[in-house]
Amino acid sequence: MSWFRRYRLGPLLGLVLLVLILSITSQQFLTVSNLLDVLLQTSVNALLAIGMTFVILTAGIDLSVGSTLALTSALAAEWMVGGTNPWLAGIAALCIGGVAGAFNGVLVAYARLAPFIVTLGTMTLFRGLTEIYTNGQPIFNLPNSFNGLGNGSILKIPVPVWITIVMFFIAWAVLSRTVAGRRIYAIGGNEKVAYLAGVRAKRYLVAVYVVSGILAALAGLILTSRLATAEPTAGNGYELDAITAVVLGGTSLFGGEGTLVGTIIGALILGVIDNGLNLLNVSSFYQDAVKGLVILIAIMLDRKKSDGR
Amino acid sequence: MSRLEMRAIEKGFSGVPILRKVDLTVEGGEVHALLGENGAGKSTLMKTLTGIYRADSGEILLDGVPQNFHSILDSRKAGINIIHQELNLFSNLSIEENLLIGYEQPFRTAVGWIRSRKLREQTRELLQLVGLSRSPETPVSELGIGERQLVEIAKALQSDVRFLIMDEPTAALTDQETRRLFQMIDDLKRRGVGIIYISHRLEELFAIADRVTVLRDGMTVGTYCMREVEEDVLVERMVGRSVENRYPRSESQPGDVILELDHIQTRRLHKPISLTVRTGEIVGIGGMMGAGRTEVARAIAGIDRLLGGTMRLKGQSVQFRSPREALEHGVALVTEDRKDDGLILPFAVRLNLALPTLAERQRLGFVEQQRERAFAEEWIRRLSIRVQDADQPVVNLSGGNQQKVVFAKWLAQDPQLLVLDEPTRGVDVGAKHDIYQLMNEMKARGKGILMISSDLPELLGMSDRVYVMRDGAVVGQLMGSNMDQEVFMALVARSQEVES
Ligand SMILES: Nc1ncnc2c1ncn2[C@@H]1O[C@H](COP(=O)(O)OP(=O)(O)OP(=O)(O)O)[C@@H](O)[C@H]1O
Ligand SMILES: [Mg+2]
Repeated sequence: MSWFRRYRLGPLLGLVLLVLILSITSQQFLTVSNLLDVLLQTSVNALLAIGMTFVILTAGIDLSVGSTLALTSALAAEWMVGGTNPWLAGIAALCIGGVAGAFNGVLVAYARLAPFIVTLGTMTLFRGLTEIYTNGQPIFNLPNSFNGLGNGSILKIPVPVWITIVMFFIAWAVLSRTVAGRRIYAIGGNEKVAYLAGVRAKRYLVAVYVVSGILAALAGLILTSRLATAEPTAGNGYELDAITAVVLGGTSLFGGEGTLVGTIIGALILGVIDNGLNLLNVSSFYQDAVKGLVILIAIMLDRKKSDGR
Repeated sequence: MSRLEMRAIEKGFSGVPILRKVDLTVEGGEVHALLGENGAGKSTLMKTLTGIYRADSGEILLDGVPQNFHSILDSRKAGINIIHQELNLFSNLSIEENLLIGYEQPFRTAVGWIRSRKLREQTRELLQLVGLSRSPETPVSELGIGERQLVEIAKALQSDVRFLIMDEPTAALTDQETRRLFQMIDDLKRRGVGIIYISHRLEELFAIADRVTVLRDGMTVGTYCMREVEEDVLVERMVGRSVENRYPRSESQPGDVILELDHIQTRRLHKPISLTVRTGEIVGIGGMMGAGRTEVARAIAGIDRLLGGTMRLKGQSVQFRSPREALEHGVALVTEDRKDDGLILPFAVRLNLALPTLAERQRLGFVEQQRERAFAEEWIRRLSIRVQDADQPVVNLSGGNQQKVVFAKWLAQDPQLLVLDEPTRGVDVGAKHDIYQLMNEMKARGKGILMISSDLPELLGMSDRVYVMRDGAVVGQLMGSNMDQEVFMALVARSQEVES
């Protein structure tokens, strides 16, 4: 069973089980269109979870991603409505996301504040700024050329899914193949040891929050395009889904341990649960309870096997 | 008299046998040494004895009665206590709180309140007994590693012990404290307590042990009377080859000054410190715990900033603001606390070894996996680090092998100046020899080495010169015919008042 442990197959097993159960209980589940739908529905959370993985690997947390998403979406939407080229507005939004992340990162790394508290603060702050900026009103009438980002397809696969796949591969390569990735893991494993080994720990800490902020902005653009609206309340509670995906994927909240593959599997588990509950017509009152239980079971599956050492 | 027997003990981890039929008999009132290479299974045997691990087979008898310990609490109840090799204190708690945990019974009232006065009094007594002059309320985080070891000893002395296991208790202690510990051991022995004593310092075994059992590769090689056995014989039984010269100091040909500290001061060093290290030279720093030796190392390695004085590297004045800057100038520090500062315990040996030199094995930012693996395997081989493979988590290595990993990762930097803070703590005789050879090799290639050591034979045996520190100041220097235990002790112990 050591390969099972080494490659942390617990989450994958959970996903496979879910898919099997749903394939049996619902005819619509295992169809190409439904599966593509699951992927599409998962993409926003998956992007947030990819950023969250970077942060959690350093033993941090980013509660502000939902608010960052809302803030950057509102800004981009307003600019586009004002006539700015959608590409330009999009790139500007990504930059703002990065700046928001850097703000978190600097407070964590240089002011030595606890990530939980910092991002709890900025979560409220960014949400507040969004409300001020939008006057609490949704922004409509986005240009048609912005429609494709969320609703278009390439080779029958939705654009958001493509974007997620590309981001996943880049992030996966960074974390598992590059020197920077090694250092991020090392910082999460033991920051002091990393510092003594000459790692510029503070810079890396800022960097992971920047990554998280940029990906939150990207997720926001996709969401805005899909809904053709920027809501000031967009992304509310998304941070928790992202954290859940990361943890389901076997990443330790104490840092230093976990993989991006796990995170994607975690995000897919969440997406499949949501999709399945809808297909099975489970009343929305029950949905949360069932979802919560499935999450707990999946996490227990994972713990069982890591107990061994 | 009580008697403790372990018979045909076997124990493995996930299919890999570690202990293969080990026998050990210890009588009350004797000091029984346990000797073996790093990874021979000494700590594992003791953890099996105290119920932390369950033996796969074999039996444990106390006064002839078979015992079945399920946890450390069971064995403690039976009167067997252990002082672990790795420190197990809560650094966020105070000394007295640490003593309390696991021994709450006498200090709790009927409803569960803590009798703080009683706790404080008892803590004070115990601290006095082990010779640690700190107040019971001191947070453990403020203690040096040797002081923590004394707290561990105090902790183990709280309950009524019939057998006390000490797993390398002196690894972090200086000579002075070691003597104090030996007195305590003598007292315990007189009270009929049996002591199992694990150490890689052979001189100590000859000083206090009555008998010795040698383990090799998880098997008992034999039990000998300490008075009747030769050191060389023991070493050979233990490592399977003879080690000719325990401290193979090579001829030194000191070259230019590589490091010069000119009245430096830091947040932790209040008195100005001056010293020099030349290329092709091993310079020692000796002194008691708390004398400021580690603080000097921290200043050199860029951990603490200089607040006064100048530091020159090859004649150039330097100011390191971080360990990184020191590393860029070819200055590396092997830290003394491997658990907190040296290793990322859950990570693979390969990653720990690679960390400081990651940038050397990359292409466009990507780690060259093949080269990293080869690199790790080479260092594992060069220091004969005992691992299953390069991907084994460091936390599963024996203490001495962990130390070798720390040493290797800095050696791999190929620094110009290597600062060593207790480099061979917990390393077995054979491996120490290997490390000394590596130091000599560096010396021959014109590097400078500054070595802090509390192991006096090592300090005097390997250094070309020794600075002696006391109370945060350099109080003398030993060289040539002066390099002598007596002179050293006189310098260390002399207190300002009794100056004759
Ligand atoms: N939990 C574990 N899982 C796997 N292997 C282990 C574990 N604990 C110890 N080992 C292995 O068992 C062997 C014996 O380790 P042990 O700690 O008993 O050695 P030791 O004789 O105390 O060495 P040292 O002198 O270095 O302290 C080592 O090879 C070590 O890697
Ligand atoms: Mg040991």
